[in-house]
Amino acid sequence: MTREQRIAALKAAAAQRILILDGAMGTMIQRHKFDEATFRGERFADHPRLVQGNNDLLVLTCPEAITDIHAGYLAAGSDIISSNTFNAQRISLADYAMEGLAYEINVAAAQLARAAADAATRRTPHQPRFVAGPLGPTNRTASISPDVNNPGFRNISFDALAEAYREQARGLIEGGVDLLLIETVFDTLNAKAAGFAVLQTFDELGVELPLIISGTITDRSGRTLSGQTAEAFYFSIRHLKPFAVGLNCALGAELMRPYLAEIAAVADTLVIAYPNAGLPNAMGEYDEGPNDMACHIEPWAKEGLLNIVGGCCGSTPEHIAEIAGRVAQYPPRQVPKLERRMRLSGLEPFVHA
Amino acid sequence: MTTTRSAATTFINIGERTNVTGSAKFRKLIEAGDYQAALGIARGQVDNGAQVIDVNMDEGLLDSEKAMVTFLNLIASEPDIARVPIMIDSSKWSVIEAGLKCVQGKAIVNSISMKEGEAAFLEHARKVLRYGAAVVVMAFDEQGQADTIERKVAICERAYALLTEKVGFPPEDIIFDPNIFAVATGIEEHNGYGVAFIEAARQIKRKLAHVHVSGGVSNLSFAFRGNERVRQAMHSVFLYHAIRAGLDMAIVNAGQVTIYDDIDPELRDLCEDVILNRRPDATDRLLEAAGRYKGEGQKSKEKDLAWRSAPVTERLTFALVHGINDYIEADTEAARRQANRPIEVIEGPLMAGMNVVGDLFGAGKMFLPQVVKSARVMKQAVAYLQPFLEAEKKASGLDQMPAAGKVVMATVKGDVHDIGKNIVGVVLQCNNYRVIDLGVMVPAQKILETARRENADMIGLSGLITPSLDEMCHVAAELQREGFKLPLLIGGATTSRVHTAVKITPNYALGQTIYVADASRAVGVVSRLMSDAERGPYVETVRKEYVKIRDAYLKGETSKARLTLKAARDNRFKIDWSSYAPPRPRLIGTRAFKGYKLSELVPYIDWTPFFATWELNGKYPRIFEDNVVGAEAKKLFDDAQAMLKRLVAGKWLTANAVIGFWPANAAGDDIELYADEARTSRLAVLHTLRQQMARENRSDRANTALADFVAPKESGLADYVGAFAVTAGIGEADALARHIDTTDDYGRIMLKALADRLAEAFAERMHERVRRELWGFAAREKLSPAALIAEEYRGIRPAPGYPAQPDHTEKGTLFRLLEAETAAGIKLTESFAMWPGASVSGLYFAHPDSHYFGVGKVERDQVEEYAARKGWTLEETERWLSPVLNYDRALARSEAA
Repeated sequence: MTREQRIAALKAAAAQRILILDGAMGTMIQRHKFDEATFRGERFADHPRLVQGNNDLLVLTCPEAITDIHAGYLAAGSDIISSNTFNAQRISLADYAMEGLAYEINVAAAQLARAAADAATRRTPHQPRFVAGPLGPTNRTASISPDVNNPGFRNISFDALAEAYREQARGLIEGGVDLLLIETVFDTLNAKAAGFAVLQTFDELGVELPLIISGTITDRSGRTLSGQTAEAFYFSIRHLKPFAVGLNCALGAELMRPYLAEIAAVADTLVIAYPNAGLPNAMGEYDEGPNDMACHIEPWAKEGLLNIVGGCCGSTPEHIAEIAGRVAQYPPRQVPKLERRMRLSGLEPFVHA
Repeated sequence: MTTTRSAATTFINIGERTNVTGSAKFRKLIEAGDYQAALGIARGQVDNGAQVIDVNMDEGLLDSEKAMVTFLNLIASEPDIARVPIMIDSSKWSVIEAGLKCVQGKAIVNSISMKEGEAAFLEHARKVLRYGAAVVVMAFDEQGQADTIERKVAICERAYALLTEKVGFPPEDIIFDPNIFAVATGIEEHNGYGVAFIEAARQIKRKLAHVHVSGGVSNLSFAFRGNERVRQAMHSVFLYHAIRAGLDMAIVNAGQVTIYDDIDPELRDLCEDVILNRRPDATDRLLEAAGRYKGEGQKSKEKDLAWRSAPVTERLTFALVHGINDYIEADTEAARRQANRPIEVIEGPLMAGMNVVGDLFGAGKMFLPQVVKSARVMKQAVAYLQPFLEAEKKASGLDQMPAAGKVVMATVKGDVHDIGKNIVGVVLQCNNYRVIDLGVMVPAQKILETARRENADMIGLSGLITPSLDEMCHVAAELQREGFKLPLLIGGATTSRVHTAVKITPNYALGQTIYVADASRAVGVVSRLMSDAERGPYVETVRKEYVKIRDAYLKGETSKARLTLKAARDNRFKIDWSSYAPPRPRLIGTRAFKGYKLSELVPYIDWTPFFATWELNGKYPRIFEDNVVGAEAKKLFDDAQAMLKRLVAGKWLTANAVIGFWPANAAGDDIELYADEARTSRLAVLHTLRQQMARENRSDRANTALADFVAPKESGLADYVGAFAVTAGIGEADALARHIDTTDDYGRIMLKALADRLAEAFAERMHERVRRELWGFAAREKLSPAALIAEEYRGIRPAPGYPAQPDHTEKGTLFRLLEAETAAGIKLTESFAMWPGASVSGLYFAHPDSHYFGVGKVERDQVEEYAARKGWTLEETERWLSPVLNYDRALARSEAA
């Protein structure tokens, strides 16, 4: 299939059923307990910085492991898998002195996921599989000062973010992804820079891929880290005309529900959710088993809140298989038609009456 | 269309005071760089009901782009302001674009136009759409600003077609500004400007679907500068009519919109004549009347200042919680006058306020930017107090200020998240602590090196991802290895009190590890650690709390990964026996001490648990200074002293002890005791249980059993083990009957509590004598009672039934060896409780590396083997060990069957 055909197939499938995203990549990588040497591989044996923990690097140094993780999720029933590129832009990679590898990592990661997805599609032609290219939040925030004595200060600019995301988006698209995923948005200004860069890249490459944007409500105040409510977040990125919008990470399914419902009520596009497998316990582990997590998620499907569902931190192929099995019986959420109103936002939404 | 909704409810107030072209006050503040006060104006607009705030920095002498960016970034840190959308207002596209790159919300751009032709207009519109904002379009084209109804409408129609057809701009995000010009200027052509705007608005709304109309109202009354009352009346009248014609929003001073009906009817009519151009002499009539209406105009609405009448401590809390710094210096000054010393303002009301902030934050009732703002208010208060603190220091000649501490902070290796750490850092800096921030992905060695080089007072570790938890344990172990003693603070999203207590703390016995829940707690923790008076008791409280958490955790730990008994043994606590010469006790066999002198025990009493018995929490003797329980504690203590005196003098209680030492060697997880030095005849076997918790990868922590502290048989060393049983409860029932009235519950509890304390003191005193004379391995030891209580000596005295040996039945062996019942008058009940209750028993181990630990949960393989060693059935074993089984007994059996 060509990319155009796959995108058409993706849209057709989304109209018919709830699509299944994959689960955590980091959790699966962590299970391997790779040491510094594995992260380095031969190629980076002499790299001057420690690179253990640079998960995205593994697409170059340990690609088999990443392919296996993709295969695990595809076998569990994922329609969409995500390339291993959460931190693969030059801003985050600079922490490992690897900013020069951003493009290469994205291409390689997209290719690995592409190959895995295509192999699965060949096995189950009735269920074509798709590859999403994640663009993570980076490790800086464009709306929050790192220096409280100087609240006007920023350690990253919109332009620097857009530049880094442009390079990443190009790598992902050229590596063969079907859609882009701006995810774990804790500062909407970062996401807006990513969206700006993505649209610019579409212009440059003469393509247009579906774009998913997923925010992160960091705690029970119901706000993103930068202080926005879920609805305000949606209004802030709605101009990017996302294929789907929703929430991921930070909260388990149980706590995520009210904010997901808030988005589902106002989003005139598909809704996506991929919560953590519960909250990390005191030991930093995610306790929620496949059944627990699926029990929280199934009602969302039943109540018509979902178009795409998957898992974030702590989730595994077992979680995804269980969730896929449970939601299969429910139809996807119907996209509501919003009245034409001017919808603005600060930290809170503003709708012209 | 808006016709179905009432016009007044759909009207949007846009605050205009943060506009350098409209507000001289704001302009002066920006020119002077006083952004703090400028923010106050923005806040005032929102407080007064502005639903959007207009920010304009178009002033010739200003670097408008820079001022726009600075102010918008500052607003982003002010949740009370940032909650509303921003209108980015400039006639320069570069300023608008710079502004668009600073706002996370969906803003309004004010404005773009066709002044420079279609190409620039389209380019700007596309950019606005891509940045994600609504847009104000001025009725302005290549020919200039539209002043007639026809031109206003025609330009807007043309712009609408371009925007919706060529750019794909959503029509509901288009706002037309058909230009409000000044009326009553004396120039006849200007008289129709009011009507032109109102009528154009009506037509635009009718012809162009979904769009909005806006305008800058203050232009209208330009002719009446200096006469606020007339200007306000004109604005109100104009708005009244324009809104009815379809005006959706206007840039107005939200605090100064007079209610239409409140305007003096005569003035209202005069204004209406001018604005609606109802009579040729309207301007003259209004000018003539204006003199009579000179005055202040309606005062801007007062903010709700009810909180200002509260007592000063409440005002400080309010200001901290709401991040209001308008009155902070005055309030801090008021609090300072009430306090004995300036530092008390910080340690008292200000910290109390920050604790409220912390609680609200924890409960999700405040969010991060507000907390950061609270920290800034705190900083201002502290800065205000600084000269007073300095002056006091100078005057007294003493360094009475808590030394500004030095904290080394780092996000641990493998983790790149640092937002939380940065926030803690700034909050600490706000409170005059020096923070050395090492950044992210910091290896343990760098943290240690820096701490040593900088002579840091403490270290703070942060991490967000779960593997960072392991790394923190590693850093703690490294601190231990290198002999550090400074406190280690732990924070970050995945960290927790339990993890800190259970996993990190045990790696670092030399210093205290402390979990810091969030940034607002950091100052409290650090200030306590820096205060000479508070440090000791605080660390002690934390230490005890963590021991409790650890014990509870070990008890509650179910179905967690366990090692096989074999693997646990392979990881036993290893002592290098080849370099150890076990000291031989001076006494072999037992010795009884009957009727021990009570007065000798009194100095060994640890009073802190005594107060805990009475539910008064605090460490002796500092508890007497506690504001809440201090007075009560003192009364109680005086009563206790009085009774203790009578008790000791009248010999109400009899204290007996029996101790013993035997040749001993470890045999596997058991300890064999011998009847003779030749070690041929086995006297008894002490059974011990081994920890089976799975250890973290990199951890070098052992799976310990008490047997590990005794030289194994195969070492060939002649080692020894001791045991003791002490009581101070003999005669308690008698004493109660004879000396305490049966109705005197207070006295009865007091006596029992004192008996308990004396028994513990007796155990402490005997242990000291054992170390110094009876076993004699620490003959020169000379420790204060406080040091004894803090267990700063060599060796341990673990008791059966406690974490290191959860099997109570081992007391049976102990009592048999000691013949405790005949020698000391202490009995064991069938469930192995001691009688009298005021008794303590245990084992003595002498090796310097022996230490207290918790066995935690054990697996079935160990239980089966333990049963065989004890000669019990499996059922019997499981019953005695039921609190520490790591499996479900019934389930295990049904699986076996």
